[in-house]
Amino acid sequence: MRSIGFIEAINEALAEEMHRDPSVFIMGEDVKLGAFGATRGLIDTFGPQRVRNTPISEAGFAGAGIGAAMAGMRPVVEIEFASFLYCCWDQICNQAGKLRYMSGGQARMPITFRCVFGAMGSAAAQHSEVVYPQLLAAPGLKIVVPSDAGDMKGLLKAAIRDDDPVLVFEHGRLGFTRGSVPDGDHLVPLGQGAVKRAGSDVTIVAIGAMVPKALTVAEELSQDGISVEVFDPRSLVPLDEDGLLASVAKTGRVVIVDEGHLRGGAAADLAAIIIDKGFDTLNAPIKRVTALDTPIPFSPPLEEFVLPNEAKIRAAVREVTA
Amino acid sequence: MEASAVPKEKLLHMYRTMVKIRRFEETVRDLFFQGQIPGFVHVSIGEEAVPTGVCAALTNADYITTTHRGHGHMLAKGGELKPMMAEIFGRATGYCKGKGGSMHIVSYALGILGANGIVGAGIPIATGAALASSFRNNTAVAVSFFGDGASNEGTFHESLNLASLWRLPVIYVCQNNAYAEFTPTSESTSVKDIAVRGAAYAMPGVIVDGNDVLAVHEVMLTAVQRAKRGEGPTLIEAKTYRWEGHVVGEQAFVGEYRDAAEIEAAKQRCPIALFGRQLVATGFVETAELSRIEGEVQKDVEAAVAFAQSSPLPDIAEATRDVFAG
Repeated sequence: MRSIGFIEAINEALAEEMHRDPSVFIMGEDVKLGAFGATRGLIDTFGPQRVRNTPISEAGFAGAGIGAAMAGMRPVVEIEFASFLYCCWDQICNQAGKLRYMSGGQARMPITFRCVFGAMGSAAAQHSEVVYPQLLAAPGLKIVVPSDAGDMKGLLKAAIRDDDPVLVFEHGRLGFTRGSVPDGDHLVPLGQGAVKRAGSDVTIVAIGAMVPKALTVAEELSQDGISVEVFDPRSLVPLDEDGLLASVAKTGRVVIVDEGHLRGGAAADLAAIIIDKGFDTLNAPIKRVTALDTPIPFSPPLEEFVLPNEAKIRAAVREVTA
Repeated sequence: MEASAVPKEKLLHMYRTMVKIRRFEETVRDLFFQGQIPGFVHVSIGEEAVPTGVCAALTNADYITTTHRGHGHMLAKGGELKPMMAEIFGRATGYCKGKGGSMHIVSYALGILGANGIVGAGIPIATGAALASSFRNNTAVAVSFFGDGASNEGTFHESLNLASLWRLPVIYVCQNNAYAEFTPTSESTSVKDIAVRGAAYAMPGVIVDGNDVLAVHEVMLTAVQRAKRGEGPTLIEAKTYRWEGHVVGEQAFVGEYRDAAEIEAAKQRCPIALFGRQLVATGFVETAELSRIEGEVQKDVEAAVAFAQSSPLPDIAEATRDVFAG
């Protein structure tokens, strides 16, 4: 095990997969420079054919990635901020997600889209959104949301090797974190959740950057004798339903924490699954801690007010365990 | 391009392809009115020279993307009548196992990377196939077929810029049939000739008579050579005319929006009749030979209909298959 940074984990995953498979290439806005550091230096190793700066044309280069995937390549397309996905929504939802199905299984679609997402501090509503909940409703897309450096590396490598379109959502705040990563060819299979902390009184299901917040709360509440389990689904599609329901069955109480919105969000989706398939194991109503249903505001106190935080998670846990 | 510059066998193949598209489309239209086909269909009667002239310059290794009006492109690229008709009928024996239907018949084995229900969506996809080819020394070219309407989509402009910038082996074939849905091009498009938009992206923009199959073929051959030499993309505007409506059966909800005289004038320039006369004029094809081809195609199309009608509907289990590869 080594301790590495979250961004370093992305860079390692990309470099390892590019070494391993010559059909892997990267394109996106400013990937040569690596605006957030994730692709920095790869141009020196792999050259301009495999590390391609694109014009600011999300629909154009997302579509080009899809076409390249169908014609034998394994592209990794960087969408600089998740909110920019709206500029290529048709290519993601109507093309990448559907062409395999619509062609009766003929199309190959081994493409990975990487996007930085989430509220990073006064980036305002068009650079702070979560976006993946909207894509849960788009069939044919796999959705991965790592919460630490180790999972980031292992999930990205698995995503690149996957033969389906995978969107990897990297929370901007996690960029500053460090974590331990196993040595060697570290892969985290898609569809395998992780119990990040074991507990017996209540399960916090947390996604992405909400996982470290949940772990902080779990540690604090342990002082008060509340034993909190933290379950991280890691990929939302495919979803580790068995792992999720097992944790719920173990504790009987659930708080779901996601930075997306309350209505139609990932937390709503997971709550519905728990109700459908694990209702009998619940000892209390499910609580959701999410962003408020507003665009994410710019001014710091407003932003803080609408986002989920440790205090809100703590209150929700106390409520379901009361 | 003179017919004498093309081998006779190829000329006859092109003639057969055009007749095949015509009979296929007429048959689909008639079957739709008989209530035998679910959903809705868009036919390309009168536009047969464009797919035929273009695809005659391609091999199975080359890629195309096509549109909601894609039957002709599929047939010209080598699509077989039976699985095509079966797909339109929603049968298990269709190219897409009945999951795509008329607007989405594709065969990846033939290099067809999608017939798209979203206008303009295939343009970046073909650009990406050309990008993949650029990793392999431009050994294959990609062609995107689209209409005049799609040239007003952002994907058209983004793709042309990208392909020109990266000198990709892609050919953009704008099949200008004078109408985007129910709106004439003059009411939707800022330029008279879409080909001039090539200049904005530093690529050749070529106008060709889309009813003259050999003229289309000739400009395609030039574009393919340019692409394979690594010199980049070409925009071809093939001017033709949509004899039928945007969608079969549209009269029921939009009525008439074109002058009968305009449609009649277009029919006077039937691409199949023009090519037939050209072939006979060369002296090495006789009218009887063309009639023989027409008879054979007619039988083939009838056999495809019988195949589709007698094919099983998909097993219900198919509904949840093919969402993911694994």
